[in-house]
Amino acid sequence: MSYRFFVNGDPVEVEVPGMRRLLDVLREDLALTGTKEGCGEGECGACSVLLDGAVVDSCLVPVCQVDGASVRTVEGLGSEQALNDLQAAFLETGGAQCGICTPGMLMAAEAFLATNGPSDDELIREAIAGNLCRCTGYTKIVEAIALAAAQRRAADPH
Amino acid sequence: MPIEPPVDSPRSLTDAYALLADMPGRPVAGGTDLLVQITGELGEPPARVLDIWHLDALRGITVEADALVLGALTTYTEIRRSPLVAEFLPVLGEAAATIGAAQIQNRGTIGGNAANASPAGDTLPLLLACDAALVLGSARGERIVAAGAFWPAYRRTALAPDELLLRIRFPLAPDRQVRFRKVGTRRAQAISKVVMALAWRADEGDHAPWRDVRLALGSVAATTIRATDTEAVLEGALPDERTADRAASTLAGELNPIDDVRSSADYRRAVAARVLHRLIRDEGGW
Amino acid sequence: MTRILPAGTQELLATDPLLVPPGSRTPGRATQRGPLRREGPAKLTGVAKYADDLVFPGAWYGATVRSTQPHATLLAFDLDDAFDWSQVVLVTAADIPGDNVVSLIRDDQPILVPIGGEIRHQAEALCLIAAADRETLRAAKRHLGVRTERLPAVFDPLDSTEEFSHIEVRRGDLEAGFAQAELVIEGTYRVGHQEQLYIENQAMIAVPVADGGVTVHGSCQCPFYIHRALKRSLQLTDAQAVVVQAETGGGFGGKEEYPSVIALHAALLARKAGKAVRMIYDRHEDLSATTKRHPAVIHHRTGVMRDGTLVAQEIDVVMDGGGYCTLTPVVLSRGVLHAGGPYRCPNVRISGRSMATNTPPNGAFRGFGAPQTEFAAEMQVNRIAEALAVSPLELRRKWAYREGDTTPTGQVLRESVAAIEVLEAAAEASDFARHSAQTQNARAARQSGARLASGIGIAMGWHGAGFTGSGEVHIAGVASVELTDDGVVRVLTAQTEMGQGTKTIFPQLVAEELGLEPDAVENAPQDTSIVPDSGPTVASRTAMVVGGLIIKAARHLRAQVEAVTDRPFADSYRDFVLEHGALRVDEHFEPYPNVEFDDATYTGDAYPAFGWACAVARVEVDLDTGEVAVRDVVSADDAGRIIHPVLAEGQVEGGTLQAVGYATIEEIKLLDGRYLNDRLATYLIPTALDAPRIEAILVEKPFSGAPHGAKGIGELPMDVGAPAVVAAIHDATGVWIHDLPATAERILAAMTGAPVPDPPGVSVPAPEGGAA
Repeated sequence: MSYRFFVNGDPVEVEVPGMRRLLDVLREDLALTGTKEGCGEGECGACSVLLDGAVVDSCLVPVCQVDGASVRTVEGLGSEQALNDLQAAFLETGGAQCGICTPGMLMAAEAFLATNGPSDDELIREAIAGNLCRCTGYTKIVEAIALAAAQRRAADPH
Repeated sequence: MPIEPPVDSPRSLTDAYALLADMPGRPVAGGTDLLVQITGELGEPPARVLDIWHLDALRGITVEADALVLGALTTYTEIRRSPLVAEFLPVLGEAAATIGAAQIQNRGTIGGNAANASPAGDTLPLLLACDAALVLGSARGERIVAAGAFWPAYRRTALAPDELLLRIRFPLAPDRQVRFRKVGTRRAQAISKVVMALAWRADEGDHAPWRDVRLALGSVAATTIRATDTEAVLEGALPDERTADRAASTLAGELNPIDDVRSSADYRRAVAARVLHRLIRDEGGW
Repeated sequence: MTRILPAGTQELLATDPLLVPPGSRTPGRATQRGPLRREGPAKLTGVAKYADDLVFPGAWYGATVRSTQPHATLLAFDLDDAFDWSQVVLVTAADIPGDNVVSLIRDDQPILVPIGGEIRHQAEALCLIAAADRETLRAAKRHLGVRTERLPAVFDPLDSTEEFSHIEVRRGDLEAGFAQAELVIEGTYRVGHQEQLYIENQAMIAVPVADGGVTVHGSCQCPFYIHRALKRSLQLTDAQAVVVQAETGGGFGGKEEYPSVIALHAALLARKAGKAVRMIYDRHEDLSATTKRHPAVIHHRTGVMRDGTLVAQEIDVVMDGGGYCTLTPVVLSRGVLHAGGPYRCPNVRISGRSMATNTPPNGAFRGFGAPQTEFAAEMQVNRIAEALAVSPLELRRKWAYREGDTTPTGQVLRESVAAIEVLEAAAEASDFARHSAQTQNARAARQSGARLASGIGIAMGWHGAGFTGSGEVHIAGVASVELTDDGVVRVLTAQTEMGQGTKTIFPQLVAEELGLEPDAVENAPQDTSIVPDSGPTVASRTAMVVGGLIIKAARHLRAQVEAVTDRPFADSYRDFVLEHGALRVDEHFEPYPNVEFDDATYTGDAYPAFGWACAVARVEVDLDTGEVAVRDVVSADDAGRIIHPVLAEGQVEGGTLQAVGYATIEEIKLLDGRYLNDRLATYLIPTALDAPRIEAILVEKPFSGAPHGAKGIGELPMDVGAPAVVAAIHDATGVWIHDLPATAERILAAMTGAPVPDPPGVSVPAPEGGAA
């Protein structure tokens, strides 16, 4: 079957079995390896991407359900030379250590920041509770997200 | 990379019914259960899959006369955000918030929870406690099955191979109270060790006895169950200390859970009784 | 929130807890926060390539066929005629050109069990298959049968008669000590398995080379372990075996020795197939087959005087090594050496045994034996404090090592002893005394129907920096700093980056010596054909030992360049290269002065120095269910000198959460020697919602043997978190949980007097009829 959707704003078309996981389509068919596989069963969140703006585990999404949708991955954030504000906040606070949970963590954080809601410690933790990290104890990740939230609020008070 | 069974993605209910009648496949909604099964680590993956995600007829939350009605494809996130749920059945929003985390809540559906028929399904005790009705459909027409008849055995449902779960109706009763409690290993991304819903009706006032009591539990038996002996203890009673003691000990005697990787039979039995005791105590205010 | 606290500044801290005294910056530290993580931008953009991200066109997929019996004889493989075996490659023990041994301490673990050979655990590798695509690979596995004959299995280390190692440490006169004691307290503590749970699963890709050699790319901590294993079993020369570390998504010890197994498997398949072969474990395979923290049973008998003086410690440690030896004797050794805790005691006997069971082998994990024995030691201290009716803080003040004290091995702690400093720092920052009084009052006044109870608990610990005993001498690490033809300063070590910050601090340390900006110094890739063997990335030795080597190398490089140019290095090194070409300094490890250890008698300086740690945890316990929420943890850790505060804090925070998981929810149950918690849905680690607020306090008590004074920090917090949490659970509930993890099941059983759950770490036997 052929499926058409958008990845990081670009239209793509893939000819793959409909039950192929979005994770595999991204990594193997589209060579976007920034999205990681940690468990293959929706427990760790390393494969998190945004699907029409909502954070999902791409290991649990069959590509047949992505037809016509818009997918955003870590490759759609800033580049090495020009990190976006959230990535820069992670770098500054030390929110990335081994880095394997980082792309998924960033996408969960982006979904949280996009709500423009309050950003206290507990809310941030709830927003990333589906993303396991074994290096940081989460302390610096929460700090990074709070920092990015404050910066975005300052930049756009509305 | 897991096994990739053939899949159809119908765009209308009629097409879906026709496909199911022709070549039954396992329906996939948000995929949070089925996509784990195709890894092949938990038994044989389904031979054929029917993707129902695009069936918009199965979406939406409405209030119809005497019931709150949720389309089978309603996600936990939609439940948590719904003003209708908040107004008419807030406990369902509380339950949805305990499931997985954002990623699972954005994809997991109440219909999937019911059709997957896990004894640990977090919303299922609420369906039982609230006397929910499940509306099933096929090319042969629609029928309604009471929640109490929907899970006949371990991981089995009343769905025929050509049937889809369309929506779930929660009857509304203004004098009904419902409480929910989940005990898991951690605060998010946890499958329950014990999950419990308690519903009753009572007139206004401090000394109104409970009636129409429903106590439903998950993760303590092969299916989600009602604890009918304990319900009988609570029926017509006041939420006082004596009632709580009797109900808790009756429940401990009534349950026959198992040891498994998540917890032990002893713990499940003890905790179910203690949590029930607490719920009654909180209501009694003593 | 974190503070840097130079040792001996408690008064300052008391007046302004957030103050970092301006004069306290250590010379040699560039900036307060340190440079940004070197590979951070690549990780934050998805550009960094982990093993599974590497593309090798035409690569095949490899799989391992494993035992499904805990103990058996391998009789035969049955290849189903219905499958076309010509389309796959099958490797058995007969295909191994060299020694069929995973090279480590003892030559007991085969790479693949030979026909007629003994299967010693459920996850044991029997044969290997590779195919061009995954579907064919799956089909091949389905059509391959394994015939075995079952043998009786042993699951409890206390029942085992097969010993991997034993050790005894003695000091003073134990009998006299107990004769003198006015109070003797005993306790048995039992801890289960713990999984490292790096989020990146184990992964190796082997690429055959025309000269008969093989290049292996993968996720690992110790490229030269793999290099040695490949050479020996595939009969390769130094140059033919090449190991290249891919970006590594966490290790925690779990990628110390096990990657050698996967690399050997991948290399055997690749050589036979003549294709690159990918061996990428999924989470289920990783959890089922790879090493865990050793379960242990630790018995304490302690003699004290009524005034609290510690007079005798008798400690018996039994560790479960699993089916093969792996690193078990070294783990036991570290466990035994730390088993008394950081306390002065004149009469001590610590004996340790490591035993074989028919369970998957256990191996390295952050702390390396010490978290098990220090949990028991701290439990014992807290219970003794209760028995003596003194504060656990006071008792530790009395017992804790000071400079000049002697350890059970006879090591005189001449310097860098910060036990009291970390204790006071953690007690102060957590307001231990006040909270402790509050929780005790609350417990006394608690009504029977109360639902929630708060508690606070304290524990301290020590951790020997670097390898045990003469380990560093045996390793004889070499690290280099070079000035390349292109005028680039480059650090060459085998030290891997797995999140802890190697790639950031090494250039930082070298840049400081050379008067350069950190960005002007590059890291050579961890490729065994390029870098020298500076030893494994384990035992908190990277910053202390190898960091010390590269500082010395940089100093020598600077001196040589400046001797020629007569100008500061930074201003002249590029000119030097233009005129004189490249220059490289190889620095060889030299024993720390006056550090001597006798491996035969277990006496002397077990470690060149110790790091010191103290944790205070606050918990809330649901008295209905036994559920524990760890609310906050203060961890004060002394690592000598802090090179990079942000990275050091990251180690403390991450290590603390691993310890909290170890204390509360991380549990592995076994059936017939097989792990039941073999998926991420059943092996649970804390999420962000479960994690406490962690405050890291970095204490600095430098070690003079290292040029920068650093001792290593990664393992310290792992040693102290669990006993602090269990002490807090006791403070809240009044019950002591002797087994880890202190699950809700164990807590509720203890509170209600219900039957105690099965001990952790021991398999339930198979149902009647044998195989489960």
